[in-house]
Amino acid sequence: MVRKLLLEKAHLEGIRGYDVYRREGGYRSVEKALGEMTPDQVTDEVKKSGLRGRGGAGFPTGMKWSFIAKPEGVPRHLVCNADESEPGTFKDRYLMEFLPHLLIEGLIVSSYALGSHVTYIYVRGEYSWVIDILETAIGEAKANGWIGNNILGKGFDLEIYVHRGAGAYICGEETALLESLEGKRGLPRIKPPFPAVKGVWDRPTVVNNVETLAAVVPIILIGGEEYAKIGVGKSTGTKLISTCGNINKPGVYEIDMTISVEDFIYSEEYCGGIPNGKKLKACIPGGSSVPILPANLLLKTVKGEKRLMNYESLADGGFVKGSMMGSGGFIVLDEDQCVVKHTLTLARFYRHESCGQCSPCREGTGWMEKILRNIDTGKGKMSDIDLLWDIQRRIEGNTICPLGDAAAWPVAAAIRHFRDEFEWHVLNPEESQKRNYGLAHYADPLEPAVAAV
Amino acid sequence: MTHPIFPPDKLAKVMELITHYPEGKQKSAILPILHIAQDNFGGWLSTETMDYVAELLNILPMEVYEVATFYSMCNTKPVGKYVFEVCQTGPCMINGSEEIIQYLKDTLHIEVGETTSDGLFTLKTVECLGACGYAPMMQLGKFYREHLTKEKVNAIIEECRNTAATNN
Amino acid sequence: MAEEKKLFKVTIDNIAIEVEPGTSILNAARRIGGEVAPPAMCYYSTLKGSGGKCRTCLVEVAAGSTADQRPMPKLVASCRTNVMDGMIVKNVTSEKVLDARKGIVEFLLINHPLDCPICDQAGECSLQDLSYQHGTEGTRYEFKRRTFEKHDIGPYIQLHMTRCILCYRCVYVADQLTNRREHGILDRADHSEIATYIHKALENDFIGNVIDVCPVGALTDKTFRFKNRVWFLKPLDAHRNCLKCSGKVTLWNRGEEVFRVTARKDQWGEVKDFICNECRFEKKKTADWVIEGPTRIDRHSVISGNHYVDIVEPKEIMPEVMGGRNPKLLMDINQVSEVNRKDIDLSEIPGPAHSEDFEKENS
Repeated sequence: MVRKLLLEKAHLEGIRGYDVYRREGGYRSVEKALGEMTPDQVTDEVKKSGLRGRGGAGFPTGMKWSFIAKPEGVPRHLVCNADESEPGTFKDRYLMEFLPHLLIEGLIVSSYALGSHVTYIYVRGEYSWVIDILETAIGEAKANGWIGNNILGKGFDLEIYVHRGAGAYICGEETALLESLEGKRGLPRIKPPFPAVKGVWDRPTVVNNVETLAAVVPIILIGGEEYAKIGVGKSTGTKLISTCGNINKPGVYEIDMTISVEDFIYSEEYCGGIPNGKKLKACIPGGSSVPILPANLLLKTVKGEKRLMNYESLADGGFVKGSMMGSGGFIVLDEDQCVVKHTLTLARFYRHESCGQCSPCREGTGWMEKILRNIDTGKGKMSDIDLLWDIQRRIEGNTICPLGDAAAWPVAAAIRHFRDEFEWHVLNPEESQKRNYGLAHYADPLEPAVAAV
Repeated sequence: MTHPIFPPDKLAKVMELITHYPEGKQKSAILPILHIAQDNFGGWLSTETMDYVAELLNILPMEVYEVATFYSMCNTKPVGKYVFEVCQTGPCMINGSEEIIQYLKDTLHIEVGETTSDGLFTLKTVECLGACGYAPMMQLGKFYREHLTKEKVNAIIEECRNTAATNN
Repeated sequence: MAEEKKLFKVTIDNIAIEVEPGTSILNAARRIGGEVAPPAMCYYSTLKGSGGKCRTCLVEVAAGSTADQRPMPKLVASCRTNVMDGMIVKNVTSEKVLDARKGIVEFLLINHPLDCPICDQAGECSLQDLSYQHGTEGTRYEFKRRTFEKHDIGPYIQLHMTRCILCYRCVYVADQLTNRREHGILDRADHSEIATYIHKALENDFIGNVIDVCPVGALTDKTFRFKNRVWFLKPLDAHRNCLKCSGKVTLWNRGEEVFRVTARKDQWGEVKDFICNECRFEKKKTADWVIEGPTRIDRHSVISGNHYVDIVEPKEIMPEVMGGRNPKLLMDINQVSEVNRKDIDLSEIPGPAHSEDFEKENS
């Protein structure tokens, strides 16, 4: 059984409310941090823990915190990024819905470390009931003296506000989020300056994902070194994975990053295998933006080793033979799924969510969607596949923010690994409208019956 | 249309929201306020409503138009009493969102983006709502309706009709 | 004693130059000049906050600085990246840059209507220049081009949204030069558009400058609409005493006739002294102005009074395509066209000139 640091108590009756949460040991990390530690010591513990940003980029959190500028007389802010919108990802929603106080506890400790006296939680607008849950929890925390002036008599003041977004994936990009928080259109800023120097209202700002900030609680409680012992290599601690697609048990799981991808998909403890005895065709292991992998490359790395569910192993083989941990949105496709169509829905998503600010993304995403729709509906040409490749290549790396890359990678990976499926669509325009291509040589190397332990 | 005005409790909420942000940065409150305005003034944001929000925040009307047209949750055209926002992105597609959308079109006799003639239902397709593990799904007002089937869709439509009838 | 300013040495396309700290790569490259200066479709030195969006000025940074010689992992927008001491930049010497730029031009053109033959901006259009220099002959785009609902934005300015490349310059003009911004960018993604949302005329003083800063034909001078091609006009520097602006303008004349008035642009096509609406739209008589002399146009351009500079004359290919025969021309357009007749005052015609106008004059 994996040691659970975040979700251990998620299923306790009443844990959403303050009383049960506190009775179960909640807010002890605030007592410890404010009572026994200086802000810099809190940051040091986070550094020691090796915690990496759980939003998708995987940047070391402690290092991000240490970059924050501290000019005299200028307020600093911590902003919690709860604009979870990456297709396949719904872990933050789970955390906020069931353990709102865990996030608030993490926010208090992190605000203390960063010297933020007004901290915002930017929640995607669609999660409207989650906003009520958070506001209730903030009210309870405030009534019990964890938020407000002179917390625990230690002279630290803090207010936490929930800021509701209104439907824009791009606001998950931290500078677009800050623009949105300023009441503007969510257009990513051109960096530098980075938020740590000039963030919201030109004040030094740190933006962290929900799960990242929640993880600060166990780090303070057990200590950074202890936290770093969990997991493997630079993938320390535990990670929330949200799983969906063709699996028996979709949901949110906490893993310790030593488990293999194969065990994760087939074990009863996690995804529980693929329904109806179907075979695994492909998987997007870290949210829609990361490269899709065919079954054979997903389960084993190029070196023939078992692929593990962690930052390094998922990225093993680079973009050609590997993928990314990303945001932990695990999308499984069985043998009946059409990669062309799936890629089309993702291309449509990125076209819809492009902010429209810079030309490669604004124009390129729509173009890719149109070509993919042609191929999917049997109107494609062989040259379209190379054209798609060329378009994604010229978007990637040339845009203001990573949305361009995020739109390009799924298309690139789909063509790289499933080119024969694209060609089959072009060569068999009528048949492709009636049936799917199937597995071909990407056959699941496992016998599902054997693997279902 | 007459100048829209928030009832006192909503206005108080708006004023409270503005205090969440530093002085002079009241524009920050625009999205939360647009949500309240949309709920309060018929589910959409008319020009008059947006001008009113601009006035409350002491910013240019253009700044409100720019923001409202950027975010997909802001309706700048009238919508039905119940808006079905069905997710169609990858994970939901895998689990049959297309059939659900088709079923809704057939049942309500409208296309995506249209409103039924009785003004009750609007059908919209949206991109990922963060409920991929509970697909197919849609947003209806404040809440998500997940694991959709045709039967569930029927029940939801029925439920809306009943609520509408009771409230009239 | 004034402290001596330390200058940063930067090398762009193997040419070294010393610039003040805080200078952008683009401005450093402009100091060198020629093709070393990257093209810019959205950056505008006199508009605060502009730049970074069009991505045409991307360059490769081969070495970040003397202190940190690592190359930058991605191409950077030269207009929004400042030089560091010892930085090594590659613009036209980088294959990567040229390839990316080709891609950007293609992206900018896929939804562009390519209606240059009827566009007033033709001849002074940054997108035309960019396409000639960095684009390819054909397009690979096979879909319907984007269209928008048409909006009338008043008597002064004509909006053609289909031509817009969303550089945001006009928004900065309205923000920074006029007393109240009435237009903006609405919607998002590939449907983003410049609009007023509610039906509204753009009439605030100084708003006319959006015409000059627009790199394409999205915002053109309605009082000049379809009146003449810019390359038939002679630009003259002129001034008048104006209480609102500097009164320093360029007149676009044909003979004594003033067809339009614009602000003066520098060699990078940028306006340093913005002008008021009165100077631009109301003063269309030569008598209103003190003429200083012909405007000097630095960059080779069709506007250059019809005299091309350093341009390779097109080869006479008629015999080649006709298999060696050299057929007689049946019609010489210059002789037949009525449009070039000197006795017709085109600016007096309300609206676009039609053949009827010429017939009327003849009778």
